[in-house]
Amino acid sequence: MSQATMELMDFDEAMARFDPVLGLEVHVELSTATKMFCGCPTTFGAEPNTQVCPVCLGLPGALPALNRMGVESAMRIGLALHCEVAEWCRFARKNYFYPDMPKNFQTSQYDEPICSDGWIDVDYDTPEGRRTFRVGIERAHMEEDTGKNVHLGGATGRIHGADYSLVDYNRAGIPLIEIVTKPIEGAGRYAPEVARAYVSALRDLLRALEVSDVRMEQGSLRCDVNVSLRPSADAPFGTRSETKNVNSLRSVERSVRYEIGRQAALLAGGGRVVQETRHWHEDTGLTTSGRSKEEAEDYRYFPEPDLVPIAPSREWVEALRATLPENPAARRNRLAAAWGIGELEMSTVVNAGALDLVEATIAAGADQAAARKWWTGELARVARERGVELRDLAITPAQVAEVEALVQAGTVNDKLARQVIEGVLAGEGGPGEVVAARGLAVVSDDGPLLAAIDDALAAQPDVAEKIRGGKVQAAGAIVGAVMKATRGQADAARVRELIFQRLGVEA
Amino acid sequence: MSTLDLTRCTAVQLAELLGTRTVSAREVAQAHLDRIAAVDGDIHAFLHVDAAGALAAADAVDADRAADRPLGPLAGVPLALKDVLTMRDVPTTCGSRILEGWRPPYDATVTRRLREAGIVILGKTNMDEFAMGSSTEHSAYGPTRNPWALDRIPGGSGGGSAAALAAFEAPLAIGTDTGGSIRQPAAVTGTVGVKPTYGAVSRYGLVALASSLDQAGPCARTVLDTAMLHQVIAGHDPMDSTSLTDPVPDVVAAAKSGDISGVRIGLVRELGGEGYQAGVQERFAEAVAVLERLGADVVEVSCPSFEHALAAYYLILPSEASSNLAKFDGIRYGLRVGDDGRRSVEEVMSLTREAGFGAEVKRRIMLGTYALSSGYYDAYYGSAQKVRTLIQRDFTAAFAQADVLISPTAPTTAFRLGEKLDDPLAMYLNDVATIPVNLAGNAAMSLPIGLAAEDGLPVGLQVIAPAMADDRLYRVGAALEQALYDRWGGLLIEEVPAR
Repeated sequence: MSQATMELMDFDEAMARFDPVLGLEVHVELSTATKMFCGCPTTFGAEPNTQVCPVCLGLPGALPALNRMGVESAMRIGLALHCEVAEWCRFARKNYFYPDMPKNFQTSQYDEPICSDGWIDVDYDTPEGRRTFRVGIERAHMEEDTGKNVHLGGATGRIHGADYSLVDYNRAGIPLIEIVTKPIEGAGRYAPEVARAYVSALRDLLRALEVSDVRMEQGSLRCDVNVSLRPSADAPFGTRSETKNVNSLRSVERSVRYEIGRQAALLAGGGRVVQETRHWHEDTGLTTSGRSKEEAEDYRYFPEPDLVPIAPSREWVEALRATLPENPAARRNRLAAAWGIGELEMSTVVNAGALDLVEATIAAGADQAAARKWWTGELARVARERGVELRDLAITPAQVAEVEALVQAGTVNDKLARQVIEGVLAGEGGPGEVVAARGLAVVSDDGPLLAAIDDALAAQPDVAEKIRGGKVQAAGAIVGAVMKATRGQADAARVRELIFQRLGVEA
Repeated sequence: MSTLDLTRCTAVQLAELLGTRTVSAREVAQAHLDRIAAVDGDIHAFLHVDAAGALAAADAVDADRAADRPLGPLAGVPLALKDVLTMRDVPTTCGSRILEGWRPPYDATVTRRLREAGIVILGKTNMDEFAMGSSTEHSAYGPTRNPWALDRIPGGSGGGSAAALAAFEAPLAIGTDTGGSIRQPAAVTGTVGVKPTYGAVSRYGLVALASSLDQAGPCARTVLDTAMLHQVIAGHDPMDSTSLTDPVPDVVAAAKSGDISGVRIGLVRELGGEGYQAGVQERFAEAVAVLERLGADVVEVSCPSFEHALAAYYLILPSEASSNLAKFDGIRYGLRVGDDGRRSVEEVMSLTREAGFGAEVKRRIMLGTYALSSGYYDAYYGSAQKVRTLIQRDFTAAFAQADVLISPTAPTTAFRLGEKLDDPLAMYLNDVATIPVNLAGNAAMSLPIGLAAEDGLPVGLQVIAPAMADDRLYRVGAALEQALYDRWGGLLIEEVPAR
C-alpha cells in the first residue's frame, strides 16, 4: 500500500508554507414523493429494482417528464442560499458509459443552472472563540441520481476482486441538487473547520427547508471535497484533488486536513499534485488515488432535447421565497437567547436533532431545562437504541410536556416518569392514561408508607438502633427497603422524613 | 360472404363495411393476414406478424359491435406498425440486431391510442436500423422490396410501412419521420404519408433516433384515410414533455373539403431543378398546373438557407443519435456479447455494440460523438443549431407569402437495391427536400402525382404547412388527389403490378 506509507507534512508546518483553497460539491437527494422524471416512489431501502418503470430504467422509447416539486425544491434551496434564480434554463445530457446509468447519460444541467451566485454564512469554533465565514455559492443545479452497483463475491465489496456485480436501479432518477461552492479562500489554518461548518450549516438549512432527509450515512447528502495548495494567498490556484465518498461531518474535516498534509509533503519534496479523483476511507483516515483527470473526461454535454426549457415566472419565484423558513443559524441564536442557554447547550440540542421538538415542548408548557433534558437525555437514548430519528419516536412534544407537568406536581418522580414515557412509546396511550393503567402514581398517602416503614424497621432493628443513636446516614437502608416495598412509587424525601418522625430523631 | 377483395379497400371503405356489419373485423383481419402470407415472402414489409394478437383485437371489436358499445370510426381496420414503436410483449427491434428478442413491457402512446380506437395491429414493419437510411437496406433483417418493382428500394427508413400499403397488406400504417422517413417512402411507393407538426403526436414509446427531429405520423393509400388515422394518434400526452397542448386541427374535415380556391401555394425555388430526375420534374410541373386550375394562387418563394439544411441535419442528427443510442449496451436488455465471466463490463459493452450495430449506425454514432466533443461543439453542433434557426426564418418568410409550400418529395424515383449502398452522401441527398421540414418542426405530406415516364415508377409531391396548421396539408392534398383521380379514373396505387 503505497498510500499508507505516503508522507504527510505536519499540519502546522504545512500551514506555515502553504495557503489552502477549498471547493465543496454537495449532492442532496430531495425527499420528493416521486422521482425527478417519472412517477416511481423514492423510498429508501426497498427491495432492489422494485421502484422502477420504463422511464427510470431508460427503456427504449421512454421519455422524461419533469417533477414540478423537484424544481420548486431546487429554487427554494437556491433562494435560501441567496442565489439568483435563472429566468430561463435547460437540462443537459452528460454522456458517459457506466452500468448504473440506465441511459448511459445523466440528465443534468450544464452551463444553464437553475440557481447561481449566492452565499451562506457559517460559524466555526477556534481557540480564540466563535467565528463566521461567508462561503460563496457558485451554483445549485438539478440532476438525477444513478442506480447503485453491488459487487458480490471477493472480500472487499469493491469492484476489484468481485465475482460478479448487480445493479439496483431504485435510486436511478431520484432528484438530486448539486450545490457547488465558489473557491473557499482565506480560511487558512481553519480550512478544515470551515469545510465542516459549511456542510453542517448546509445540512441544517436543507433540513429547515424540509427538502431532504439529509442523512449522510444513507447517502442522501454526499460531499466531494476539492483541495489545492498554493505558496501564498496571492499566488494562482494550485492543482486540486477531488476527494469523494466523504460521508460524515467529521470526515469532511479530517479529509481536508489529510489532503493538506499529503499535498504539502508532495510539493515540499519537489513533486507535483496530480489532478485526480481520490477516495476517502473512513476506517483508515486516508485518501487513495482514484481515476486520473489528467486526460479530462469529455462528457459531450448538449441541451436535453427531450425536455423543454424551464422559465420560472417571477411570481412563482417570489411565492417560493415567501415559504422560506427562518435561517437556521439566526434561529439558533434567537432561541438560545430566549432560553438563556449557551452555545454548548444549544449544540447539544441541535446535534440531537431536537430543536423543533424542544421548542414545541416549551410551547406546550414545559420549562426549557426540562424540555431539553427529556429530549437530549432519555428520549435521545431510546432513539439511539432503536436506531431511529428523535422525531420519529411515538411521543409528541405535548406529551413530553405533560410528563414534565406530572413530575412538577409530584404525581410521579423521575424514575416513574421514565416508565410513563416507556408506556407512551409502547402505544399504551397518553401520559395520564399510562399512569392510571400502570398504577404508577407516587404514593403520597402517609398511611401505606408508615406501614412499610414500620415493617422495614422491624426487619432491621440494628439499623433502627443506629438511627436512633444519631447515625442519620443509616436511614438509607430503610428508605431503600421502603422504595422496594412500594415498587419505587414512594417519594424518597417524604419516606426519609417519616422515618425520622417515627424514631423521634431530629434529622 | 362476398367476392369483394377486402385488401383492396381503403380504410374508409372498410370502416363502412364494418359499421354496417357487412363484414366482421375478424374477416378483415384474416383477409389481410392471408395477403401477408401470400406476398410478404417477396416484399418483406414485416419483421413480425402478430396474427394471434390481431385476431384477438378483431374479435374484441366484433364483440363490442355486437353489444352495441361505442366504437371509434376506424375500429376493426387493420394497420401495420413501424418497428420503432413499442408494443407491449411484441418484439420491437428497430431493424437492429442489438434489440433482437426484446419484448417491451409497455405500449407507446401511439400504440395505446391505436388500440383504444379499435384499430387492429397486424404486426411490426421493416425499417433501416434505428431509422437511419433512405432505402430500408440498412435493416439488419434484410431489405424490403418495392411492390412497384422488386429490384427497387421502397424508400426509408419506413420502407416496410410504405411497402405494406402498396402491396395491399394493410390499408393503414404508422411511420416515423426524422428527415423524410415517412414522406420519401410514400413518394417512391405511390402512397400517402404525413409528418405532423413536431409535438403533435406523442413520441413516448418511439425509440429515439434524433429527439428534436423525430415525429410519428400516419400513412395510407388515400388522403382521407391518412387524415382519419392522423386524428386517432394526434393529441397532447403528458408523458412527452415536447408534446403540444394545442388542440388538433380538424384534419378529417379538411380532407373532406378539398376546396383550394384562393389558397396561396408557394413553389420553393431551392427544392427543384438541378439534381431532380426529369420524370419527377415533369410530373411535378403537371401537378402545379392542376393546382392552378383548381383555383390556387401559385407563387414562387425562396428559402436560401435550405442549401445548408443537409449539412446541419447531418450534425444534429448524429449528435443526438450518439447519445440516444448509448443505452444499447447489453446490460439491461437485448443482445449481449462476450459475457464469459472474465471480461470487464466495459469490454462486454464494447463487444455488444460492435456486434449489434450495423455500419450506418456506427458511422453516425462516430460522427455525432465527434461533433459533440469538447473543442468541436461550437463549430459543429453549435453552428448547425444556428443554421436551424436560419431555416426556420426562411420558412416564416415563405409562409408570409403562401399558405402552403410545395416541392417534389424526393429528387428521384425508387433507385435500385444496392445502387447507393456504398455511397452514403448520394443516399443522404435523397432527403434534400424533406429535411428542412424536420429542422423547422413544420408539418408536411407526400402524395402520389403519377409515374415518371422514363422508369414507370411513382413520383411524390410534398406539401408543407406551418406548425400546427396540419389541416392545410389535407385540404390541398385532397383537392389534388381528387383532380388526379378524375383524370386517371382511379387511384394511382391501383396501377401497382398484381401479385
